[in-house]
Formats: sequence, structure tokens, C-alpha cells
Amino acid sequence: MKTLVCIKYVPDTSEAEVKVNPDGISVDDSRFSFDINDSDNYAVEESVLIKEAQGGEVTVFSIGPKKSDVMIRMAMAKGCDQAVRVEDDRIAGHDPLMVAKTLAGAIKGHEFDLIMTGCVAVDDGHMATGAALAEELGVNHATMVKKVEVGDGKVTVHRELEGGMLESVEVELPAVLTIQTGINEPRYAPIRGIRQAQKKELKVVSLDDIGVDPDSVGSDASQVVIEKLYIPEVESTAEFLEGEPEEKAEKLASILVKGGLV
Amino acid sequence: MGNVLVLAEHRQGALRDISFEMLAVAPGLAGNMGGEAVVLLIGSGMDEMAKKIAGYGVKVMVVDDPLFENFNAEKYQKVLSALIDDLKPALLMTGHTAQGVDFMPALAVEKKMPLVTEAIGLEYEGDVLKVTRQLYSGKVNATVAFKPADTYLVTFREGAVEAPESSAGADVEKIESPLKEDIPYRKFVEYIEAEVGDVDITQSDILIAIGRGLKEDKNLPVIEELAAAIKADVAGSRAATDAGWIPHDRQVGTSGKTVKPKLYIAMGISGAFQHLAGMKGAKTVVAINKDPEAPIFTVADYAIVDDMFKVVPKLAEKLKELKG
Ligand SMILES: Cc1cc2nc3c(=O)[nH]c(=O)nc-3n(C[C@H](O)[C@H](O)[C@H](O)COP(=O)(O)OP(=O)(O)OC[C@H]3O[C@@H](n4cnc5c(N)ncnc54)[C@H](O)[C@@H]3O)c2cc1C
Ligand SMILES: Nc1ncnc2c1ncn2[C@@H]1O[C@H](COP(=O)(O)O)[C@@H](O)[C@H]1O
Repeated sequence: MKTLVCIKYVPDTSEAEVKVNPDGISVDDSRFSFDINDSDNYAVEESVLIKEAQGGEVTVFSIGPKKSDVMIRMAMAKGCDQAVRVEDDRIAGHDPLMVAKTLAGAIKGHEFDLIMTGCVAVDDGHMATGAALAEELGVNHATMVKKVEVGDGKVTVHRELEGGMLESVEVELPAVLTIQTGINEPRYAPIRGIRQAQKKELKVVSLDDIGVDPDSVGSDASQVVIEKLYIPEVESTAEFLEGEPEEKAEKLASILVKGGLV
Repeated sequence: MGNVLVLAEHRQGALRDISFEMLAVAPGLAGNMGGEAVVLLIGSGMDEMAKKIAGYGVKVMVVDDPLFENFNAEKYQKVLSALIDDLKPALLMTGHTAQGVDFMPALAVEKKMPLVTEAIGLEYEGDVLKVTRQLYSGKVNATVAFKPADTYLVTFREGAVEAPESSAGADVEKIESPLKEDIPYRKFVEYIEAEVGDVDITQSDILIAIGRGLKEDKNLPVIEELAAAIKADVAGSRAATDAGWIPHDRQVGTSGKTVKPKLYIAMGISGAFQHLAGMKGAKTVVAINKDPEAPIFTVADYAIVDDMFKVVPKLAEKLKELKG
């Protein structure tokens, strides 16, 4: 089984204040810590699990700056065999259709049975790259996958629907699957793996190297333009309890008890 | 100029809420774009559903064929591709749902049409279609403008707007399916119903919901102690169930359960839209989060901005004391 896995290095903004740059169309991400996108981490694990069960190899693809190499090495430490990173400023990175086209260009010439992506990148949140990539490559796909069973020339997957319901679907290979969080338990990279990862091949390529016309994936080609970014107002009518942590706890306790809430 | 085509969504014989929600947006938008809103229904045995949605005063077109007994992204893509050629809509809108996201990106690539996903607002202004959507899990809003195109593709977030009231009925037109035979390379197998666990959180009076802020499962006992003190059940965000801290059937949100307790105490939960959608029905909401900007505070009645681990032990102690 030859599997390709697409991963993105994204900022962790869950606890951080996000500020829009003075240009009004970008975000200041200089203070954020970056890591592998959540669902991509599950995609890496799933691809390594399949390799361990079936044999074969896993190749990582990522579009991003040099600092993403830390993430790529970590994926290799967990069992991925080699990697291709596309670095090029000319890609309209906010448009999933341009990203998919670039990934497709990088992937051409690589054999594969299965491609896995995350189901959504937590920064831009398009939830579109995987299915678009499948169409670019002319292969089947299934999105929001919570279980993968490899069969003969096909995979049976569970797709996550709303409300905790799943749908079982059979898809012929080769195919792209977009992986949803919770499908497995991502491992920690073993020390030995981390050492080995340094010796694995990580190819860095530009659009020219992969034969993708920069004009076909740049902001001129993109049909969408970010006009404005702004911070939505957090309108809260809540009563904010003030004081030291213990005081807040005491205030809350008495509100709950006096209000007959507990 | 053309119509706004709204793909209605249904599963197991019932229309899904998003189908109606999109009707809060589509007719006005279509007017501005110089056309009308038309609902498209694809399925098998669609008479009832077609009648129901036509009751919202929008024209309905139905592709009714046994080939569409169950959702299949590949078949939907084929039908929509043919219908776009035929009907030349100015905009095709679907839900940003497990269905919509499964074929819209592929359709966009196939038709070379621009796509913006998970819209929460749509506006047609000075001949430009603009979409409001969110980045960074709702921390940033974006206005995205389409460059001029013949047909725009948009997926619309569930629960972003309220469905309108039903009104006078409208016409239902049956159209022949452009798809003539089944496809071999993707097959629907079956539905798998949501798991049922030992506690049914949809019935709980008091829920303590934990999120990624719990950090590790060894921090669970403090929470459980608090829960015991007030006879609460412990639920959580997707991050908490994915991490395995609590069982999957106790996940609150769009891909989990919809709960309606008297009291919901959210701790270390940021309040992503998918989470809020599942707990909006709670009567009183308490949120404890160390980030003052966390969206969970928008739905809270009582808020504490602090480290939950500094608050919870004292809270449990005080509650035990007060309740005797
Ligand atoms: C298709 C789809 C379906 C989804 N369905 C659901 C769903 O049903 N339910 C759901 O919940 N999510 C769902 N999600 C995921 C959702 O988008 C969020 O990723 C998730 O809700 C985040 O969980 P969280 O709030 O626990 O974690 P985070 O967003 O990481 O937030 C953690 C919070 O904890 C706070 N914190 C950290 N440490 C402390 C501390 N010591 N004290 C106090 N606060 C602290 C931080 O400030 C932060 O706000 C879905 C996503 C997708 C793509
Ligand atoms: N720059 C990138 N490099 C590699 N993979 C990406 C990139 N952007 C998106 N992806 C993949 O596409 C998935 C969905 O992204 P999105 O459509 O932006 O939500 C991610 O989880 C990744 O697997």
C-alpha cells in the first residue's frame, strides 16, 4: 500500500489573542506556536497504522515555509518514510482550490493507492482541500472519515454525519480520504524514530520544480479575494465574577445555591 | 443574472434544518442578483418533502429517482454538474454539512467554478458577491469577495441563521434525472446510529462539560468530585472525547449530542460554533476559561476568567459546605 499524507503547519490560537495586521487582510501570527493541524495528526497516524498492517510506504506532502520541517520530521519519526515540501511564495494559500492544484502538481509522478488529508485545517477552516485534490487527480474520495478498512482494490470507510451518526461507504482505490479527529490515538514519536527521521529524505521543491505554472495557482488565478478580516465582537451578557480564584469560586457557589440551580 | 439554486438536504426521509435555514438568505439575495430562489431536491420518493419545502413560498425542482435512495457524493456531483449546465444558476448553495463538503469542492474543480465554504452571511453589493466566514475557529471574521463569474458555489453553515416561517405554497416541478445508471466506484453501505452509553446526557439536569483545558486525564478526579457534590453528569467537547478523557457518547455539539440541562458548567472549553450548537438549549450556563476572549462567554450567564484548576477545588468545597 502506497499512501500519501498531506499535512499543514498551523498556528495554535486556542488560548491566544488574535490580532489583524494593519493591512486588514492578514493576521499577525508571529507570537503563535505552530504545530501539525489537528486532523492531519490523525491522518498521519492512520497512514502509519495501515503501513504497519499491510506493508508499503508513506510519503508526506506539505506546502509551507521552512519552519514546517519540524512537523514533517516528527511525522517521519512516527513512521512516515519520506517527504516533499513545496515552498513558494506565489501560491494563493488562502484558496483551497489553489492549494489542491499545487498539491496535485507535487503528487504527479508519485504512485499511490491512498491519499489522506485532514478533514479541516483549523486556521482557514475550508474543509475543501481533500475533495478538490481528488478531483484534480481524477480519483475517488470520501470526506470526514472516522474508520478505514482496506479491502481488495477498495476501502470501506465510516463517514461522520451530524449528531454522532455514521455512514458506511465503499470507495474504489485509488482514493483520497479526509480524516476526522478521533479516528485513532495518535502516538508519540519514539526516541529511536526521532533519530531515524533525521536521515530520511525531505525534498524541498518550488512550483517550477514540480512543473506547476505559478500563474495557475497564484492570487490572479484565485477567484476569491479576502477583502477584510476583523475580530468578531464577543458580546457577552454574562455576569463576570471578579476577585482571586477562591473568591470567584465562593461567589459562584453561592449564586448556584441561592438560585436553586444545584 | 440568474437564479439562486438551493440544494435542500435530507436524510432518512426527513428534511434537515439547514434546508430551511438557507431560505432565510436565498430569496433576498436572489432578488439582488436579479433572479429568484429555487430549491433543488434530489432523492427517491420526494413528494412529501417537496410539498413541505414548497410551503416556504419558493419554487421547488425535484429529481426523484431510485438511484438517489441514499446520499452519494459522486452521483450528486454528476447531477449537479448537468443541472448547472442546464439551469445556469448565478449561485448554487448547499449546507456546509457532511453532504455539502463531500461534493462541492470536487464540483468546483470539475466546473472550474469559484467556491467559498462555510458562509455565515451572503451579500450582493455593487455586482459583487461577498461572503462572511470565520477563520481560526471563530476568532476572526473574514469578508471574502468573489471575482465576477457565471456561477458561484457556496456552502452555508448550519445554525448560522434562523429558518423563516413557512408561507404560501409554491410550484413543484419534477425534472428528469440526468444520471441514467448507477456508478460502481462509490457505494453507500449503511447508516450506523450514534452510540448509546451508560449516561444519557440529553436527559441530564446538570452537566459539567470539560474541554481541552483539562490537559490530561489525571486532572479528571477534581472534576468528578465537583460533579458528585452537585449530582452532575460529566460531558465534554470534541477535544475531550477525542482525547479519550470521556466516552464519545458524552460529546456535546453538532457531531455529538444536543443537550438541554438546567445548568451547564463549561470548563476549559473555548466555545467553537460546533460546540455551542449543542448546548444552546441549556437554561443557565456557567463558563470558566482563562481566555477572556473565548466565545463560550457569549452564551454564558455567569463567567469566570481564570485557571479552572485554581477555581474548581474551592468551588467543590464551598458547594459541599453550602449544601450541607
Ligand atoms: C465537522 C466537525 C464537527 C465538530 N463537532 C464538534 C462537536 O460536536 N462538539 C465539539 O465540542 N466540537 C466539535 N468540533 C470541534 C470544534 O471545532 C473545536 O475544535 C472543539 O470544540 C474544541 O474543543 P475545546 O473547546 O475543548 O478545545 P479548545 O478550542 O482547544 O479550547 C480549550 C480552551 O481551554 C481553555 N483553557 C486551557 N487551559 C485552561 C485552564 N487551566 N483553565 C481554564 N481554561 C483553560 C483555553 O483558553 C481554551 O479556550 C467539530 C469540528 C468539526 C470540523
Ligand atoms: N498547505 C498545505 N499543505 C499540505 N496539506 C494541506 C495544506 N493546506 C491544507 N492541506 C490539507 O487539506 C486539509 C484540509 O484543509 P482545508 O481545506 O484548508 O480545511 C488539511 O487538513 C491538510 O491535510
